[in-house]
Amino acid sequence: MSEKPEKLIDKKGIRSDGRKADELRPLKLEVGVIPNADGSAYIEHGKNKILVGVYGPREMHPKHLQQSDRMVIRCRYHMAPFSVQERKSPAPSRREVELSKVIKEALEPSVFMDLYPRSGIDVFIEVLQADGGTRCASITAASLAIADAGLPLRDLVVGCAAGKIDDTVVLDLYDAEDKLGAADVPVALMPNLNAVTLLQMDGILTPAEFDTAVNMAIEGCKKIYVMQKEALRAKYMTAKEELKEEVEE
Amino acid sequence: MSATLTRVKQKQIGQLIDAGKRIDGRGLTDYREFTIEEGLIERAEGSARIRLGKTEVLVGVKIETGEPFPDTPNDGVLTVNTELVPLASPDFEAGPPDEKSIEIARIVDRGIRESKAVCSDKLVIEAGKKVFVVFVDVYVLNHDGNLIDAAALAAVAALTNTKMPNYEIKDGEVKTKTGYTPLPLNSRPITVTIAKINGKLLVDPGIEEEQVMEARISMAINDDGNICAVQKGCPGFFTPQELLEASKLAQEKAAEMRKKLDW
Repeated sequence: MSEKPEKLIDKKGIRSDGRKADELRPLKLEVGVIPNADGSAYIEHGKNKILVGVYGPREMHPKHLQQSDRMVIRCRYHMAPFSVQERKSPAPSRREVELSKVIKEALEPSVFMDLYPRSGIDVFIEVLQADGGTRCASITAASLAIADAGLPLRDLVVGCAAGKIDDTVVLDLYDAEDKLGAADVPVALMPNLNAVTLLQMDGILTPAEFDTAVNMAIEGCKKIYVMQKEALRAKYMTAKEELKEEVEE
Repeated sequence: MSATLTRVKQKQIGQLIDAGKRIDGRGLTDYREFTIEEGLIERAEGSARIRLGKTEVLVGVKIETGEPFPDTPNDGVLTVNTELVPLASPDFEAGPPDEKSIEIARIVDRGIRESKAVCSDKLVIEAGKKVFVVFVDVYVLNHDGNLIDAAALAAVAALTNTKMPNYEIKDGEVKTKTGYTPLPLNSRPITVTIAKINGKLLVDPGIEEEQVMEARISMAINDDGNICAVQKGCPGFFTPQELLEASKLAQEKAAEMRKKLDW
């Protein structure tokens, strides 16, 4: 994972991992992977491997964090020490604290918070292997895990990044592109509501490139959204079949 | 000033904004008046204080020598830290930095880092071994809304008047000499925050507006008009159309402020 390509994109517009400019990495999504959790999901987005567990809704403790008119979402984004090239200290870094906050804020608009006063859910995100774009992949999986926990949602939230490598705006940067590229624009979207719930950027982009990148990321989100819904449906299809077998027995 | 807003006040702010007005009498796209004073702290290598409305932020820059990061042996080190000092607001408590102060620090850091405002290659004393470490400490002294912009502006202003100690190397040891040279800068990014209330966009939210806003977006705009950092915040959303508007508005405001500041 440490190979450093000389050129990020060649003359034919092919990127160092063989993708075209607007091509996503392969994705795998699975719902209901942690038996103990009320909701859970696993995502493989390129070489990213991320596990999300949701507990709740349950009475919020400590009590002073309770809200009398709505629920509270707590979110912990955490990277395993072995998830990156150089071992990462397991203590939460400033980056992880910030990402926990923006991920929480990206998920909140999707949940009918006022239906669960005084209660809360905990969203635990563990990055087992990181390959660039972990916050977006985390959001995609976390939204599935919240849905799996049975909370009524306005829409699923899906994350995808765009960015600039060499002089080209491209979709879904992987690790090397993220590190060596010119800019990274992570976006989270509720596709049915056309609502952007997370937007960040680092690097340098002209205003026109910024617009292109945001739109490209939104299109990427919409593609992942289809797979996300499919993953949720698959879980219930399996459950249905299991139930049928039991009845037949 | 009370920490929480009454429902009546919340409603009033929303209604005013529907009518294109604001609780403090500003128009939706009016930035508050601000003043920046530089070099108030003699002990610091650089400093600046901004007053934005009643928001007051002091930034001190300290420069020390240290080791570079192993992956960037030919660059100096920049670290930004934010302290939400308890005297600045009834909502602030003493203790280690919480997510709010870490977020502010990281937005300020990103604006400076991504625009390459500080010529970090000129901070190297001995490649891979010894470099200057620039500590930017943001100290919030009174919270009256829009700490992000205030902190970012004051940080860049403080870097502008930062002096690097002169040094010489004697027997492998770094010795400081008398006199200073100014910290070399490439650019001066300006960060503009835009809030969304009742579906309307407004610049530079005040403290009461911050408690009502659905979402905010902060954009750091570089000298050449390019965007070098973005952060959306708060548990609300923007439509793609609103983002386009916000981006335009941020660029306009940044250009206006740059003229005023003569940066």
